[in-house]
Amino acid sequence: MARMKFLCDADRCIECNACVTACKNEHEVPWGINRRRVVTLNDGKPGERSVSMACMHCTDAPCAAVCPVDAFYTTADAVVLHSKDICIGCGYCFYACPFGAPQYPKVGNFGSRGKMDKCTFCAGGPEADGSKEEYEKYGANRLAEGKLPLCAEMCSTKSLLAGDGDVIAKIYKERVAKRGYGSGAWGWQTAYHETIAT
Amino acid sequence: MAKLIAQLRLIATVLALAFVVALAAPLRPALGQADPNSHAVNEQQLLKQLKVIQGLGTIPDTKSYVLEHPAGRDWREFRTVTLKWIGGIAILGMIALLIIFYLWRGPMRVHAGYSGIKIQRFNVFERFVHWLTASTFVVLAITGLNISFGRSLLLPLMPPQAFSDWSEWAKYAHNYLSFAFTIGAVLMFLMWIGRNFPTAADAQWLKMGGGMFDKTDTTHAPAYKFNAGQKLLFWLIVLASAAMIISGFMLLFPFYYGLNVGDMELAEVFHGVVGVLFISLICAHIYLGTAGMEGAFEAMSDGMVDVNWAKEHHSLWYEEEVQSGTIKAGAMRPAE
Repeated sequence: MARMKFLCDADRCIECNACVTACKNEHEVPWGINRRRVVTLNDGKPGERSVSMACMHCTDAPCAAVCPVDAFYTTADAVVLHSKDICIGCGYCFYACPFGAPQYPKVGNFGSRGKMDKCTFCAGGPEADGSKEEYEKYGANRLAEGKLPLCAEMCSTKSLLAGDGDVIAKIYKERVAKRGYGSGAWGWQTAYHETIAT
Repeated sequence: MAKLIAQLRLIATVLALAFVVALAAPLRPALGQADPNSHAVNEQQLLKQLKVIQGLGTIPDTKSYVLEHPAGRDWREFRTVTLKWIGGIAILGMIALLIIFYLWRGPMRVHAGYSGIKIQRFNVFERFVHWLTASTFVVLAITGLNISFGRSLLLPLMPPQAFSDWSEWAKYAHNYLSFAFTIGAVLMFLMWIGRNFPTAADAQWLKMGGGMFDKTDTTHAPAYKFNAGQKLLFWLIVLASAAMIISGFMLLFPFYYGLNVGDMELAEVFHGVVGVLFISLICAHIYLGTAGMEGAFEAMSDGMVDVNWAKEHHSLWYEEEVQSGTIKAGAMRPAE
């Protein structure tokens, strides 16, 4: 089993937001919910970089640790998933998440939040793989079909990489060696307690 | 000749050097051409400087412009470890203290015994406000504790779905009853603040420990309607309620008015710590109002207390009531 990870090569990201759109389309994500987003740092200044960010599927995930109802679980591929049947929409996982990944549909008055929604690494949820219930709650389960997350698969500059952590780390290392620079594997130190030595 | 050889050697060296330089030149950027990485933002540097990496995005949700905020890890440590210790020590410690105190001291009795004559201590409005605040407090406390301790204490005892259903209802109860609690706390503050400013009698009451530690029940410090201990309780409740209401509404209206994720975490820490201390305080209040003191609960249940109880515990208030004529002549009859 592979240890699945995301890696955004910020030196390649052109801020086209196609990953965001692909994700929304693939999973029929409702309005106001963004499982993936692109953040631009130093916008308009020299050294500007854009990073596509979603749930990083952390090692020892903080969301899972603070969840008051223990809604999270980690798959054999190290993908962090959650059960919307168990989730009570308290919003604590958003406070603990270093990447702002958890999203909540606004239901009812005040700040009341519905069941949390986040990136599933295109791996669905606790329901049977590929079932209608799974699709309605969590979106497509591409991993079960042997496919990788769509955001990375269709990235036009191959900036966003998704897959076996060792494999994508190797690809990134080769890139950095060849072009002579790299602004690093964003979020890796925080998510996986290790980064890629280049 | 030797001069010519030296000149040739010099030319050869210069040429060789020029060749090496010419070879090396394409390998590094020419002067004036930007190194694509020279100004590039660096993750570790940004994190070290700012503790949070924030940029710009293209979606309306501005809090999504925070790319990384590893401080969530500290908050996680607070929630999963620190708060459990603080809450466990504050609440279980208080309950243990009260049990030890009860076993050592027993309930405070009315030394002169019951006279059978009752006077009104709290009117119907005071009791309504007290019980509005108290009942909502109990629900808020239980549902609040469930959010922090339920997973460790309750979840292992029940099916996950049942615990989740209960927790969701608990969340709604916590959110909506907060409004009723706020009304109760504000009314209580306005209703009793006039009676809770310190007086000279309070110093004496405190010096005598309120007579709480005299097992013979003969030490009685003078007190008006509220003694120094009750005044202390009143002000602690006012402060704690204010803290809970402010931090609670921040959590109820997350990210409103430009609050960022760090503010939300701070509000949660504040809400959690003050919450468990508040519960601990109220445990002591409940003890003194029920098992800890004979005749105290009646004051808040039907509003009437025994005359002897009033004389012993709130002597100055009793005199006030007598002088103002609130108490009928018959009620003044001594118990003996």
